[in-house]
Amino acid sequence: MSILVIADHDNAALKPATLNTVTAAKEIGSDITVLVAGSGCDAVAKAAAAIDGVSKVLVADNEAYKNQLPENLAELVAEVGKDASHILAPATTSGKNFMPRVAALLGVAQISDITAVKSEDTFVRPIYAGNALATVQSSDNVKVITVRGTAFDAAVAEGGSASVETTDVVKTQEVAEFISEELTKSERPELTGAKIVISGGRGMQNGENFAMLEKVADKLGAAIGASRAAVDAGFVPNDMQVGQTGKIVAPELYIAVGISGAIQHLAGMKDSKVIVAINKDEEAPIFQVADYGLVADLFKAIPELEEKL
Amino acid sequence: MKILVAIKRVVDPYVKVRVKADNSGVDLANAKMAVNPFCEIAVEEAVRLKEKGIAEEIIVVSIGEKNCQEQIRTALALGADRGIHVEAPVDVQPLPVARMLQKIVEKEGVEMVILGKQSVDSDNNQVGQMLGALTGMPQGTFACKLEVADGKAKVTREIDGGEQTVSLKLPAIVTTDLRLNEPRYASLPNIMKAKKKTIDSLTPEELGVDVSSGLKVISVEPPPARSAGIKVESVDELISKLKTEAKVI
Ligand SMILES: Cc1cc2nc3c(=O)[nH]c(=O)nc-3n(C[C@H](O)[C@H](O)[C@H](O)COP(=O)(O)OP(=O)(O)OC[C@H]3O[C@@H](n4cnc5c(N)ncnc54)[C@H](O)[C@@H]3O)c2cc1C
Repeated sequence: MSILVIADHDNAALKPATLNTVTAAKEIGSDITVLVAGSGCDAVAKAAAAIDGVSKVLVADNEAYKNQLPENLAELVAEVGKDASHILAPATTSGKNFMPRVAALLGVAQISDITAVKSEDTFVRPIYAGNALATVQSSDNVKVITVRGTAFDAAVAEGGSASVETTDVVKTQEVAEFISEELTKSERPELTGAKIVISGGRGMQNGENFAMLEKVADKLGAAIGASRAAVDAGFVPNDMQVGQTGKIVAPELYIAVGISGAIQHLAGMKDSKVIVAINKDEEAPIFQVADYGLVADLFKAIPELEEKL
Repeated sequence: MKILVAIKRVVDPYVKVRVKADNSGVDLANAKMAVNPFCEIAVEEAVRLKEKGIAEEIIVVSIGEKNCQEQIRTALALGADRGIHVEAPVDVQPLPVARMLQKIVEKEGVEMVILGKQSVDSDNNQVGQMLGALTGMPQGTFACKLEVADGKAKVTREIDGGEQTVSLKLPAIVTTDLRLNEPRYASLPNIMKAKKKTIDSLTPEELGVDVSSGLKVISVEPPPARSAGIKVESVDELISKLKTEAKVI
């Protein structure tokens, strides 16, 4: 068995979801290679080589991979990984973008968003917004898998000493071109890795009111999330959406403020260790999953919470 | 230009599904069915491109059992011109679906394929990307904005850190995210008109595609139940519970 893990990164730093993916890989087998495809990505390769449990790092450093365009990346991964037993990538928007392309190039199924490894060919994945868990078995010679980060602990980022090799496989095409990227800047912990997340919903009424959540988040060292309704209404940017089609989070503490608790929202946060709901409607479905529910007007409760923390 | 829109019949997204007692799957008997919400957004986007004069014809295809013709009719009522139904088992997997779509793309000579980014039943998020690999077309997945001009599609995509914009040479594939548009409702006259539009029927054999998959579902189980906790009376009580009982702050 040989497992190829595709690193998620921005050429400067390794994204933490890669560490969770390495843990999933370790549950499958021990021969683990991490592929770092990017441009000017030395620092990332170094970080990957230090991950505990990684035996080899393969670097494809070329302009063609700078923006992780799936058209190029999938061709590279399919070529490098064609003899691997497993190819794993984090189920981030990048992994979800190129991995199905890899699978189709190799003529095999892709297994999305696994939450458990049962054996080298059997995996668990949520379906129907997490309302059911499917155990699936693959008979394909290469198993192409994306991994849900919150379902696996992060591998230790230090202490490993993998060998670093380079590959000169270059795959370029003329059909897709990167134009620009607008990334939300934040000093806060990254949503999917934060220990505490406080999220606001439609009940927040507007974007300015999120400042109240920010003050609480400052005191708790928390990340800020949102429901789809809050994003659709333009209160906050799309990358804050938690849910079936947004980000999956599983912090120690999740505080839902002015969020009703629709199935699709629960899909993104119901594996949190402790859930707090603050909602003025005592019938709101969010209370069915909350460990601590406070029936209150958030415009009174949140300032009070901030003051008393 | 001709646009192909692929749609899926799924359980209504607001229905809470239950796992069957024998763990063979989820119980969909009598469940309300609908066009997958992301596919509805795909249809809407195609119709808007037609209204702008960019698209000439919209073909809508659905792969599944006979009853998915209902969803094709819905798409026709929303503005698609004609339908194709490929009769296949309800649980046909993404790779064979993409292979069938590839055959239809080649046969029809379409310049753009719009699909939902994921279906709310299997939550796979695969078919558009797979079709990209099979046809060699570029892809703009998780689109929240689409502009088509000069033989190119400019797609703004929702990504983990914010937004990204790419330019794709046509023919290209676009998969929709929730904020691409807000689908219209079909008007009664359009529902009536849709009844007269044609739906061609095909089989996987006619397309030369084997629908088997290397992936087998062994069992389907309910997720661990999460029971409701307690209601606290005040912010003070909440803080004290979080500190002393849950020990999370
Ligand atoms: C295909 C699909 C995918 C989706 N994906 C997602 C997803 O990824 N994430 C997601 O979140 N949703 C998603 N949704 C949407 C989801 O179904 C809900 O519509 C959405 O989660 C509702 O957001 P909300 O709880 O903020 O708003 P609402 O349901 O409107 O709830 C607002 C809540 O705020 C409370 N409130 C109002 N004012 C106050 C106040 N002053 N004090 C206290 N409480 C107050 C109300 O009592 C209410 O419970 C998806 C839907 C579909 C169809």
